[in-house]
Amino acid sequence: MTITSLTPGAPAVSAARPVEELGLRESATFDRATIADIQRAAATGVYDIRGWGAKRKVPHFDDLLFLGASMSRYPLEGYRERCDTDVVLGDRYASRPLHLQTPVTIAGMSFGALSANAKEALGRGASEVGTSTTTGDGGMTPEERGQSKHLVYQYLPSRYGMNPDDLRKADAIEIVLGQGAKPGGGGMLLGQKITERVAGMRTLPVGIDQRSASRHPDWTGPDDLEIKIGELREITDWKTPIYVKIGASRPYYDTALAVKAGADVVVVDGMQGGTAATQQVFIENVGIPTLAAIPQAVQALQELGLHRKVQLIVSGGIRTGADVAKAMALGADAVAIGTAALIALGDNDPRYAAEYAAMGSAAGFYDDFQDGRDPAGITTQDPDLSSRLDPITGGRRLANYLRVLTMEAQTIARACGKSHLRNLEPEDLVALTIEASAMARVPLAGTSWIPGAK
Amino acid sequence: MVTLIETQTQDYATVTAEVSTRTDLADSPVRDLNQALHNATDGQSWTVENPGGKHSLAVGINAGVTVTINGHAGYYAAGMHQKGEVTVNGNAGVGLAENIMSGKVHVKGDASQSAAATGHGGLVVIDGNAGARCGISMKGVDIVVGGNIGHMSAFMAQAGRLVVCGDAGDALGDSIYEARIYVKGTVASLGADCVEKPMRAEHLAELAGLLAAAGRTDNPADFKRYGSARNLYHFSVHNSTSY
Repeated sequence: MTITSLTPGAPAVSAARPVEELGLRESATFDRATIADIQRAAATGVYDIRGWGAKRKVPHFDDLLFLGASMSRYPLEGYRERCDTDVVLGDRYASRPLHLQTPVTIAGMSFGALSANAKEALGRGASEVGTSTTTGDGGMTPEERGQSKHLVYQYLPSRYGMNPDDLRKADAIEIVLGQGAKPGGGGMLLGQKITERVAGMRTLPVGIDQRSASRHPDWTGPDDLEIKIGELREITDWKTPIYVKIGASRPYYDTALAVKAGADVVVVDGMQGGTAATQQVFIENVGIPTLAAIPQAVQALQELGLHRKVQLIVSGGIRTGADVAKAMALGADAVAIGTAALIALGDNDPRYAAEYAAMGSAAGFYDDFQDGRDPAGITTQDPDLSSRLDPITGGRRLANYLRVLTMEAQTIARACGKSHLRNLEPEDLVALTIEASAMARVPLAGTSWIPGAK
Repeated sequence: MVTLIETQTQDYATVTAEVSTRTDLADSPVRDLNQALHNATDGQSWTVENPGGKHSLAVGINAGVTVTINGHAGYYAAGMHQKGEVTVNGNAGVGLAENIMSGKVHVKGDASQSAAATGHGGLVVIDGNAGARCGISMKGVDIVVGGNIGHMSAFMAQAGRLVVCGDAGDALGDSIYEARIYVKGTVASLGADCVEKPMRAEHLAELAGLLAAAGRTDNPADFKRYGSARNLYHFSVHNSTSY
């Protein structure tokens, strides 16, 4: 391209000049990441696979603000008055519901995708603050069962490592229909992460690419799901709470159907929710934002008269206590974190900058979890790399982070005059953008307008 | 580097019971039956009358008990079965013995779709026909079907053995891993990456053992063997038309 904005006689453009100074116009349509994607596809003939959730900018909790107490609302004293945070999950039918001390739970992540040390660290951190952690595609490891006070056992289409002994050891069962990063997609673990132990847990040959199923093998649709839930309840003598997890696409209908099928808890994961390995085209183009999903799920529960009776856990892009408080104000009973928990353990830490650079990435951008070469020792099965993550230190870091999230959420709840996080309500919120207002169904700040409201 | 999984020959211990408890599901709930079975000890026995196609009968057994169901069972009969022996004197619904770990489940009639789905071990015998997706995602279970099986059977089958004394429907063994399939009759079509393989002496021997365990007299020499061509074990863009 020709530079036309330079005045005559100005020094010639040097390739060494920072690109920002050149006055070049980057195409919004063909930006540098898009150009790199096309060139990578042309060079390799294979689509891009990566970890994390949607990276595109979508309406999110950042687009909401709280209205603090003032004349018509009384705030609570920050360091004096109680603001409780505990939550009971699964008391609709289960005789042993979970009672967690904080509504911030750890989302399902598999041993296989994560190292044994990372799973243990998640269990330690969650247990220290009295919350739950969750297994993933690949079964339950002794490390995480041993270190997790409250362990949710995922029931996935692949049924890798699924067995009734572990089912009976679980504190809750989460039937997974999908996840926000890829509603309608199955799991994927590439050969380099299929070590002997991972392969053994999944009954697969060592070293092969493993694609787990996207549909459950023995039930189809909500009527079958009701019977399936009945079977799991019978096997566990009606003691264990049963969650149903959906990737956010049609959350109004999916929530209603999960409730009708007999779920104790519904988990809704928005498109910003992470994955260990999925096609980028899937992550970025399938599913809806977390913000858009919550009001739909809450509406379904309210119309059935079961809001707060069937609990709603929301995940996908929770980073701060403000996000926790906003999700709960919109009607969630609890939230789950995955990507943020891994960051707390050390994922994408700038201290590994040189190693990220050597792999063609950078701290803050690294998402090639499928390669198993994670310098932070989290998304790897390499013994040397995974030994970099000390599960005790990692657990402490996660516990610290979970405490911060909880205290931040309490700070906001007290400012809104709430003595329990669950007392936050949509009326405490306004939106900064028309899009967020329409999705979250709270008014645009300074107006009483909610686009689309009847 | 691919290390193949060895399928172990299993010992399906037969349980001998002394006294049998009679449960009539016409006047007691399924929940009581399952609770009693979960509290049971080795050697105990149950006879279940009037099952009426109810779901989740005798699920989660974890002891050497024998259960005889006189009539038809609904979905997930003997689901997640371990150790004991369940016999259905009738037909079974969807997901018979799903995720069975060990022990034996025997259906005298037909079984609906997804029989023995994801089973990790044990033996499932169906004297009649089985519907679609028989042995889907099987992980070590042995299945012997006296009649025919439906389409997409042994889909993504990982380990274990499926024996079919009748015919198999379309797309048999699609995306199969290391499970072995033996079919006596015709196969409507094979799924992606599933191929016919030679019957060697060890296969005739293991098939004879499976047929004997199922109480059948078919001749192993009349069967053909099918398994994975192992061409789809590693993703390659050149295979994109195989899926």
